Amino acid sequence: MKRNQNPQHYNQKNVPDEWFTWRKKDIREQELVARPSLSYWKDAWRRLRKNFLAMSGIVFLSLLVLMAIFGPILSPYDANTQVLSEQYQPPSAEHWFGTDNAGRDVFTRTWYGARISLFVGFMAALIDVTIGIIWGGISGYKGGRTDNVMMRIIEILYGIPYLLVVILLLVVLGPSLSTIIIALTVTGWVGMARIVRGQVMQIKNYEYVLASKSFGTKTPRIIRRGLLPNTMGPIIVQMTLTVPSAIFAEAFLSFIGLGISSPNASWGVMANDSLGAILSGNWWTLFFPAFFISFTMFAFNVLGDGLQDALDPKLRK
Amino acid sequence: MLKYILKKLLIMVLTLWIIITLTFVLMVSVPGSPFNSEGNSNEIVQQNLERHYNLDKPIHVQYLLYLKSVATLDFGPSIKQPNQTVNDLLGRGFPISAELGLITIIVAVISGIILGILAALRHNGVIDYLAMGIAVLGISIPNFILATLLIQKLAVDWEFFPVATWKSPMHMVLPVLALATGPMAIIARLTRSTMLEVLTQDYIKMARAKGLTPWKIIVKHALRNALMPVITIMGTLLAGIMTGSFVIEQIFAIPGMGKYFVESINHRDFPVIMGTTVFYSAFLIVMLFLVDIAYGILDPRIKVTKKEGE
Amino acid sequence: MEKILEVKDLHVTFTTYGGTVQAVRGVDFHLNKGETLAIVGESGCGKSVTSNAIMGLIPNPPGKISGGKILFKGKDLTKLQEKKMRSIRGVDISMIFQDPMTALNPTLTIGTQLMEGLKQHRKVSDKEAKKRALEMMDLVGIPNPEERMKQYPHQFSGGMRQRIVIAIALICEPELLIADEPTTALDVTIQAQILELFEKIQEVTGVSIILITHDLGVVAKIADRIAVMYAGKIIETGTKREIFYKPQHPYTRGLLNSVPRLDAKGKLKPIDGTPPDLFSPPKGCPFTARCPMAMEVCNKIYPSSTTISDSHSVDCWLQDERAKQLLATMVTN
Repeated sequence: MKRNQNPQHYNQKNVPDEWFTWRKKDIREQELVARPSLSYWKDAWRRLRKNFLAMSGIVFLSLLVLMAIFGPILSPYDANTQVLSEQYQPPSAEHWFGTDNAGRDVFTRTWYGARISLFVGFMAALIDVTIGIIWGGISGYKGGRTDNVMMRIIEILYGIPYLLVVILLLVVLGPSLSTIIIALTVTGWVGMARIVRGQVMQIKNYEYVLASKSFGTKTPRIIRRGLLPNTMGPIIVQMTLTVPSAIFAEAFLSFIGLGISSPNASWGVMANDSLGAILSGNWWTLFFPAFFISFTMFAFNVLGDGLQDALDPKLRK
Repeated sequence: MLKYILKKLLIMVLTLWIIITLTFVLMVSVPGSPFNSEGNSNEIVQQNLERHYNLDKPIHVQYLLYLKSVATLDFGPSIKQPNQTVNDLLGRGFPISAELGLITIIVAVISGIILGILAALRHNGVIDYLAMGIAVLGISIPNFILATLLIQKLAVDWEFFPVATWKSPMHMVLPVLALATGPMAIIARLTRSTMLEVLTQDYIKMARAKGLTPWKIIVKHALRNALMPVITIMGTLLAGIMTGSFVIEQIFAIPGMGKYFVESINHRDFPVIMGTTVFYSAFLIVMLFLVDIAYGILDPRIKVTKKEGE
Repeated sequence: MEKILEVKDLHVTFTTYGGTVQAVRGVDFHLNKGETLAIVGESGCGKSVTSNAIMGLIPNPPGKISGGKILFKGKDLTKLQEKKMRSIRGVDISMIFQDPMTALNPTLTIGTQLMEGLKQHRKVSDKEAKKRALEMMDLVGIPNPEERMKQYPHQFSGGMRQRIVIAIALICEPELLIADEPTTALDVTIQAQILELFEKIQEVTGVSIILITHDLGVVAKIADRIAVMYAGKIIETGTKREIFYKPQHPYTRGLLNSVPRLDAKGKLKPIDGTPPDLFSPPKGCPFTARCPMAMEVCNKIYPSSTTISDSHSVDCWLQDERAKQLLATMVTN
């Protein structure tokens, strides 16, 4: 449509004579200045901000963290006090989320559950990352024989069905918050180590790393300054995906009776406690923990997806 | 190829050995004896246990004999159910669990792949967003929650399906649905992303430049390459379905292995826990091995990468 | 001479999140039967998009041929249905891609990939298809074709793979072959062999070739005519001799100066700056910002084409009489 106005169709003769002068040099230099280049993180943030789902995830998770901290304080009820006269109250002005089979306030218990779930999720992710970075970093950076042995160990651990090991450990050690976290991380770091190794192997052959090596920079410094910052993208993505799987695992374990024991609140425990209740119509006892487990996992998953897109250097434009 | 198989076989055996040893170590390290917990096991059971686990012998002999009994697939007696061996329970539960697992994996794989391909072919279209919306939800909702929701709505409120047990195809719909949704979602997402990647490859352009029909391009050139990564995660998916079946069988009162396993955990019936764990692990590891072999057969490049020693 | 292909005022646009990219903005050129035309330019100048447009391989969406004609033996390809286009692709017009490492499907045997185009378009028995495939492998110089047909791409070297790709492109005896950077991904020694192969197949089959490249060395070896492309436009076309010895456009001169040559007197001079953003292409000549001889007029109006000879034409304001006067005064000062 624009083509009709295309200057190409000017008759050469119409062009004013005064336009035939050399262009000034400073104008030209101005024009040659390239577009401002954004740093990796700024650019990633710019792209993440455009992703509606991922941003909703961030908002939801922020609110959840706030409520996990302040929710129980705001509520006038204690999470574990049983008031048998107030059994199965539907949601109301007094009990926003209703009460459960023992007359406990579901609202308060939900935020206690959030504490447990988020704590388990973040701790598991943190431990995974720490071990994963060390193991994967060394394996990828050293290469050769060391790498071979370390990778074989990973391959063997990878074959072990991790929830079975977790169950075994919990049966023997007895369920508690710390044993759950330990159990989850015993084999959980393997995935992270693989990712870190792959990244390190790829990056260590880039020119800038080879260059600093040839200047005699010490290995730990190369790993810290040259390699880690550039492997952060995939690590962060993997972390955001580890948290929901740890939260799921905790809920799952609580559900089969291996979570933290019953008077304490965790979303899995609450869901398990209310299994019988929903058949008798007391839906809220299950709905709130179920809703928060699902939405927390959903938020982490969409955030992880968003981060993956935002941090992928291939998509930079 | 032979070298590749042998290597995978070696890793499989090592993994198995580690699991068996781990179960043994954990069991002997249980405070007190795991075999007379709560003091309610009767005398016959106690004798059986002592005979099976050779509790009177030194620990390394116990270990060796344990290895031997596992190798001969003899998992000993149960504590809580006298006159029952772990093998009896497995024999009864496994066929049902296997049926549930098999139907689930078929449903998950077929629907996941179809969903993923449709999403990729209509990239950024309505179908894509819809399919991926379903997929993220499928990944986010834990199967035990989905199961209770399904029972509540489809079985109790609307009475479309029976609430529980495992008798007819109608009984199978809800548990399979609850168990298959998660893996289906994972497969759909993976298929979509690999399909999108494959579709930008030069060999797809080349196939188009040859004047092949879109159908031929997708089936012959794209699908096969796009499904390779799906094969690699089959092991993990199987593990997920298996552990998922613990709760699903519990919720739907399906008399499979998973139900016995969860009961044994709740009763701290250690021989059953040990036996089932080892059996499950062995089954999974063998599956993982088969997946690796299948991958090696389907991807002609495997032989070379192995020769070059990575 | 018979024109096998004529491209007239071709426009291709891509709609992306950032806006509309005008990748090809009014391209005109033609190709005579049996000759080799090289389209030369920096990456992103629209040369690959042009070749994909001829093949009907512009992904839609986001891409679209928004104007112009592509006449292949008098037939306008832009008007054809996809189904009709499919019967031309691989049969009358074939294409060779840049990277032989990725152009072959890793999970299918070489034989399968060689024969499938033939089987798609011609009613041939398996035996005939195999015979033809063996002939083609022989033509492109692959030893032990019988055995090699059963192998997979990863068992071939880069140069051998490119030979296979060429064989695939030629198996239906096309009249037009589009080669998109066919030697860029190869070692220098292999490059020479592949270029020789091009000369040989042109001799044997009489196929017309469009060669897309940024490498003037490749052009010097096998092209008959050259079209220089910049920012979605062809800014100068001429015979190889004309472009190499009498380049008119400052960009063409810049390109030639940035190639190392044994007989060159001066220093190697790269062109400063980068090509313009095709989201919002400049109104005037797109090379203005980088041009050492830019005038005020260049930034305002795109120059129309000036004919230097029957075969040589250029889009540049320096061809205007008034610019020549300006040049003359500069020299006298």
